[in-house]
Amino acid sequence: MNKSHLELTGVEMAFETPKGPFVALENINLKIHKGEFVSLIGHSGCGKSTVLNIVAGLLQSTRGGCVLDGHEVNSPGPERAVVFQNHALMPWLTVYENVELAVQQVFRKTMTRQERRDWILHNLELVNMAHAAGKRPGEISGGMAQRVGIARALAMKPSVLLMDEPFGALDALTRAHLQDSLMEIQQELNNTVIMITHDVDEAVLLSDRIIMMTNGPAATVGEDLHIDMPRPRNRVALADNSAYVHYRQEVLRFLYEKQRKLETLKPGRGRSSEDTPATAQAARA
Amino acid sequence: MTTLTTSASETGAPGLFRRLFARLSVPDPASAGKRLLLPLIGILAFLGFWHLAAPQVNTSLGAFPGPAQVWEQGGQLWQEHLNQRARADKFVTMQEQRNQRILEKDPDADVRIRPYPGAPTFLDQVGTSLITVLCGFALATLIAVPLGIVIGLNRHFQAAVNPLIQIFKPVSPLAWLPLVTMVVSATYVSDDPMFEKSFLTSMITVTLCSLWPTLINTSVGVLAVDPDLLNVSRVLRLSFWTHVRKVVLPASVPMIFTGLRVSLGIAWMVLIAAEMLAQSPGLGKFVWDEFQNGSSQSLSRIMVAVLVIGFIGFLLDRVMLLIQKKVAWNE
Repeated sequence: MNKSHLELTGVEMAFETPKGPFVALENINLKIHKGEFVSLIGHSGCGKSTVLNIVAGLLQSTRGGCVLDGHEVNSPGPERAVVFQNHALMPWLTVYENVELAVQQVFRKTMTRQERRDWILHNLELVNMAHAAGKRPGEISGGMAQRVGIARALAMKPSVLLMDEPFGALDALTRAHLQDSLMEIQQELNNTVIMITHDVDEAVLLSDRIIMMTNGPAATVGEDLHIDMPRPRNRVALADNSAYVHYRQEVLRFLYEKQRKLETLKPGRGRSSEDTPATAQAARA
Repeated sequence: MTTLTTSASETGAPGLFRRLFARLSVPDPASAGKRLLLPLIGILAFLGFWHLAAPQVNTSLGAFPGPAQVWEQGGQLWQEHLNQRARADKFVTMQEQRNQRILEKDPDADVRIRPYPGAPTFLDQVGTSLITVLCGFALATLIAVPLGIVIGLNRHFQAAVNPLIQIFKPVSPLAWLPLVTMVVSATYVSDDPMFEKSFLTSMITVTLCSLWPTLINTSVGVLAVDPDLLNVSRVLRLSFWTHVRKVVLPASVPMIFTGLRVSLGIAWMVLIAAEMLAQSPGLGKFVWDEFQNGSSQSLSRIMVAVLVIGFIGFLLDRVMLLIQKKVAWNE
């Protein structure tokens, strides 16, 4: 495994603003292997989403580049499927039709009608949503809709699955449930996953590697933590596992001691709130 | 609740009626009554005011008609329509009988049936107006929706056409009408015309005035499509046409319908004005003819037309609302 699957080299991202260019990202270097589950963690506005959007091809880096399986990424494509924070399902299509839109587009030429049908249902079953195939996104809960969003992404058979805070908008119980589902699915399919998260526990529980990002502007990779814990992982058993606690502390230390934000200076505060300054909003745009 | 469950368990016709009755009165009979009661009070108050105020207004054609005279003229117009129809039928059957007699003598004879030459009745005019407004509105929709989508998708195009839209939007139909009339008579020259020129003139005027709300709402709807959905489309690499058909168009349907309803309302108002001015067949011409006629019943008959125009406008909007409920995903 000396040749990496996905590689970002010297990525810089600058946004034009009325007050001159704003450098959101600077010199990001990252090598990701096939089948790796990588989390990007950092404070709000540090440019995590920008990194993901560059890999997705939705944004073009101003310098440096991203190479996937030997090809340069410069436009979006289904081999880099994205799971959006707010499911991004078409509200006028049913659950089945939403996945169908993706499958139709990607496998129109390679699958028969029946094969496509089976493949759509298979992916819905993978996320336990086959029972709601005929429902519209407005008729199901946020957690269910996010499952469908994941099914749609998986149905594209992506070489990299990109997830932008996929569970951020969900309540704690639903989130735990979906994290477990995602772990199972990832173990079964061995997808390469890049996930953005704010949640330290989520990052440690799910990832093989945690990329910690420094605060913006000109954010870059701060630390690269390998999580060496056997799978399958059980959240209850891990709660007082010494390795788990150690990794968790590593991340917390990075976020709240080395990279603490001036806005969140109060000691003992669990998680940073969504305190996005103007610069951060520019970085997300 | 107990009465509901017992009646639901019954079978047969009486049970069915009681069930239906229970269904009807379930929400809250008092509020349902109130919902009807207040509009009814409003209408009665208006009729009362009209009845009392109308005789006070004296015109050269006599006192302004009250509700009773208008009602009477409504019946009169209906009766005239029936009479006219009967005469038209008789006219055609007479010709048919005559033709048959001719054919009996000479099977090769060239026979025709001439249409009844009588003047169109009030109901004929209503029909003409409805057809014209629907054609004009359909044409406006066919132009405005695709154009609105292009404007919404392309910022450069939007910047280019925006001043034109802003300038042409507030133009009154009366200003367009002479131009449209001249252009239609100059360009639509045919020995066997499919449409009457007057029909084309009214229709095009309606189109020109009613396409703006749909155009603007469509482009705003397209601009407001959730960026996440656009990103999904980009990740899937949807082709331009699939992108428009599967993402942009459905996403902007609610806004498009808002525009269509405004457009249809404008189309109906514009048509009446255009018909009055251009003397094209339709309700507007009816009103103008009655005004020129100046008999003692003219004002009542115009008032009938006014009420019918209002009622049809209301119905058109209701129909659009029904279609919107069928088509739009957010209803």
